[in-house]
Amino acid sequence: MTAPLSTAVVQAAELTKHFPARRGIFGGQRGVVRAVDGISFTIDGGKTLGVVGESGCGKTTTAKLVLGLEEPTGGTMLFEDRNLDSLDKAGRRHYRKSVQAVFQDPYASLNPRMRISAIIAEPLITNETVEPAEVRRRVLELLDLVGLPGRSADLFPHEFSGGQRQRIAIARALVLSPRLVVLDEPVSALDVSIRAQILNLLRDLQARLGLSYLFIAHDLAAVAHMSHQIVVMYLGKIVESGEARAIASNPQHPYTKALFAAALPSHPDERREDEPLAGEVPSPLNPPSGCHFHPRCPHAMPRCSHQAPPLALVGDRLVACHLFG
Amino acid sequence: MPLLSLENLSTHYVSQQGARVVRAVDEVTLSLEAGETLGIVGESGSGKSTLALTILRLLPAAARITSGRMMFEGENLLDKSDDEMRQVRGKRIAMILQDPMASLNPLFTIGDQVGEPLRVHEGASRASAWKRAIELLRSVRIASPETRVTQFPHEMSGGMRQRIVGAVGISCEPRLLIADEPTTSLDLTIQAQYLKLLRDLQREHGLALIFITHNLGIVAKMCDQLAVMYAGRVVEHGPVSRIFNRPSHPYTKALLGSIPRMSDNRDHLTAIDGQPPDLASMPPGCSFAPRCPEAFDRCRAEEPPEFRIDHEIRARCWRAPIDASAKAAS
Amino acid sequence: MTVITPVTTDTIVSATPFWRLKGFPVIPVSILLFIAFVAVFADLLAPHDPQIGSLARRFKPPFWLEGGSLAYPLGTDHVGRDVLSRLIFGARVSMVVGITAVLVAGSIGTLLGIMSGYLGGWADQVVMRITDTWLALPALTFAIFLAAIVGPSELNIILILGLVYWTRYARVIRGEVLSLKQREFVRLAIVAGCSKSLIMWRHIMPNVINSAIVLATLMLGVVIVTEASLSFLGVGVPPPKPAWGLMMADGKKGLMVGYWWLTVFPGICIMLMVLSANLLGDWLRVKLDPQLRQL
Repeated sequence: MTAPLSTAVVQAAELTKHFPARRGIFGGQRGVVRAVDGISFTIDGGKTLGVVGESGCGKTTTAKLVLGLEEPTGGTMLFEDRNLDSLDKAGRRHYRKSVQAVFQDPYASLNPRMRISAIIAEPLITNETVEPAEVRRRVLELLDLVGLPGRSADLFPHEFSGGQRQRIAIARALVLSPRLVVLDEPVSALDVSIRAQILNLLRDLQARLGLSYLFIAHDLAAVAHMSHQIVVMYLGKIVESGEARAIASNPQHPYTKALFAAALPSHPDERREDEPLAGEVPSPLNPPSGCHFHPRCPHAMPRCSHQAPPLALVGDRLVACHLFG
Repeated sequence: MPLLSLENLSTHYVSQQGARVVRAVDEVTLSLEAGETLGIVGESGSGKSTLALTILRLLPAAARITSGRMMFEGENLLDKSDDEMRQVRGKRIAMILQDPMASLNPLFTIGDQVGEPLRVHEGASRASAWKRAIELLRSVRIASPETRVTQFPHEMSGGMRQRIVGAVGISCEPRLLIADEPTTSLDLTIQAQYLKLLRDLQREHGLALIFITHNLGIVAKMCDQLAVMYAGRVVEHGPVSRIFNRPSHPYTKALLGSIPRMSDNRDHLTAIDGQPPDLASMPPGCSFAPRCPEAFDRCRAEEPPEFRIDHEIRARCWRAPIDASAKAAS
Repeated sequence: MTVITPVTTDTIVSATPFWRLKGFPVIPVSILLFIAFVAVFADLLAPHDPQIGSLARRFKPPFWLEGGSLAYPLGTDHVGRDVLSRLIFGARVSMVVGITAVLVAGSIGTLLGIMSGYLGGWADQVVMRITDTWLALPALTFAIFLAAIVGPSELNIILILGLVYWTRYARVIRGEVLSLKQREFVRLAIVAGCSKSLIMWRHIMPNVINSAIVLATLMLGVVIVTEASLSFLGVGVPPPKPAWGLMMADGKKGLMVGYWWLTVFPGICIMLMVLSANLLGDWLRVKLDPQLRQL
């Protein structure tokens, strides 16, 4: 299979998702959680977009929006250059088949009562009519692709370890030959020595099948290793976006700098004694005014508390910070 | 004299019929000086958490410490009675766990919980324990401790809860603090704050720290000494820099190679074939042999003893001393 | 790469058929199977016709007492019917009514529980409000009320019991479904394009069956006691069909004069059946689903 031309698979523009906050017991304040607040990004064919951020930044909601598990409250999303809102039933079907997912917990991702062959085949038989013999052939093909023996097909999930289950989850995600796979913390629940196996597998599959990935993980080094492009999110907004290596080696936004500084060193000689970023991540229910990061920012200016900085081109990347404009 | 010295310590789980023995911790020898930080690294089945519970003698009923000594400040902890151990726990050796929400009782105020070790070990009155609790919260950098002290765990963020757990741990000024995956549930920037706090507390109080973790990054950042565990045994032990620069044991080598690094441009990470070991059915010979890229016949037949590779490093491997002397000769 | 790997206790439990688990309660299950056997082969086992008696032979005591005989091993009742034969045929009634009622309650309850839990929204609201109201009524009184309206017959009793007890199922199953809904394999099924009904059928249902089975065994005891109570009060399975509760009702007058065997034996039968069902259900609950706190 040759890799398709590198055109954008998914393009999001000012994508927004607000959730209504629960009312207090005595009908107190109502509020809105701006889980994702006007973000724009592009996922190119055959490439990986990494999303980095801490709790409440909106990366999980972004994944759900891309997967169609949640409907956006604003903004647009284009899939293969067509606006999702304007898709007809066949179009939506095509979208569903083209975007699949692998989630974090290998123990919860597989229905314990289904055999592996049924688990892997489910997306296929749900969306297309295929002869049983062909289904079987495809299941075995995928098991081979993810490095599992063919006899796995007739077993149940509990007979497999975490790493093996994640391979099965990947096989299932690939059965419809999707264009994009959303990887939400695909290796965080696995043992360290198994993580490398799975990350290597994902890279191989990307090269062989021309897959695009939306890669979400809290391990910065893993995201930097796997991604071509990275977006850094904070409280629902993108604060920096650009090429992965560039951002990892030279972060510009104060939050990105703090995040990468906080990342654990990979060698004792890389130890730094910098003062870590102070304060807690604010609650998404009540984000600070203007630039959400200003209360914790070492470079905050008076302007930062009134005006949210737009995402602007600074050198080789996009940064949302008043320091640059 | 080292603060803590474990000698040939073994903890086995025995199944009900006595038929199956799981050697969760097997002949572990480690030592720790006062004020030093030791990292114990391992994956599932390595025995690292069981080791922590063994030191504090908090093992479940099915586990038995079958051999060895645990010398703490010159006394063998295995010789102590239950009452004597209770006086050690919390006062001389403290432990903090991974999940701060599970470590704190949702029904009691922060003040009560931070003050509890003081009331138990030092017979402090409720009022004075309360005052000390406020000071302790201040020392773990919690803002407005006077108000926090009356609040409940669910009103705090994860990072704050973990700091409160830390405050509980140091309240009686222990000599040794064992931290079992203390930052796994924390965000990156919060983790950085927390680790810095532990570092500062260590310096201020002359505390020895044992970090139990699967994350080599924590070890790289915080530890002086490193012990790598696999299938219940310590497979390599020595100073952190030395091991990161020149690992001796194939498992350590593979582990270090499997971690993605921000700085490098490798396409592929070094993966270790196979699965973590099943302690209930271990093959003969070296426990790592089935997955080891450098294994030879002796490895599959005989368990290697601990070899002194040089004055700093000990490793449990048949090949390591051969490689080391080859390097020394060349 | 080996495929068979260490298995944790949770996974063992969801995969092994429950009769092979350790600590299997042999005695309770044997008792239940014995009662079932007796119920099925009642015609062959009972020495006499349970509904025909002769006044000449009334109030005969059990065979080991003076005046008793092996022809009527456990004595006869006030119209001379053999107690043993009535107990044997009564087993049939209890089994049939008990099991069928549990199945009816279980099916309705599980189905509504799944729909209510998974679909949420108004389906959930409606089902839950009905459940709330139903549960607020004391089961026995409610059953009596219904029985008085529709009139007693075996079929009616089964339906009534089913209607009274489905709510407990719905509540418990709904709770399970709510947590199952959050599991990643359900999300992945949505991502794969499965319709809601397909997900409920293929993913939710098989994973709540365990709880439904546990609940069924526990409910069996309750249903049988309720049926016996209804029969005792005269609104259960109508005479002359022998039901254990009815036997106790008939026999209670005899207690005053010392004809204890008319109430004690059916009482023991009810007790054994309910106790066995409860023990089985309890063991199943612990083995299969330690989080069934609602029970």
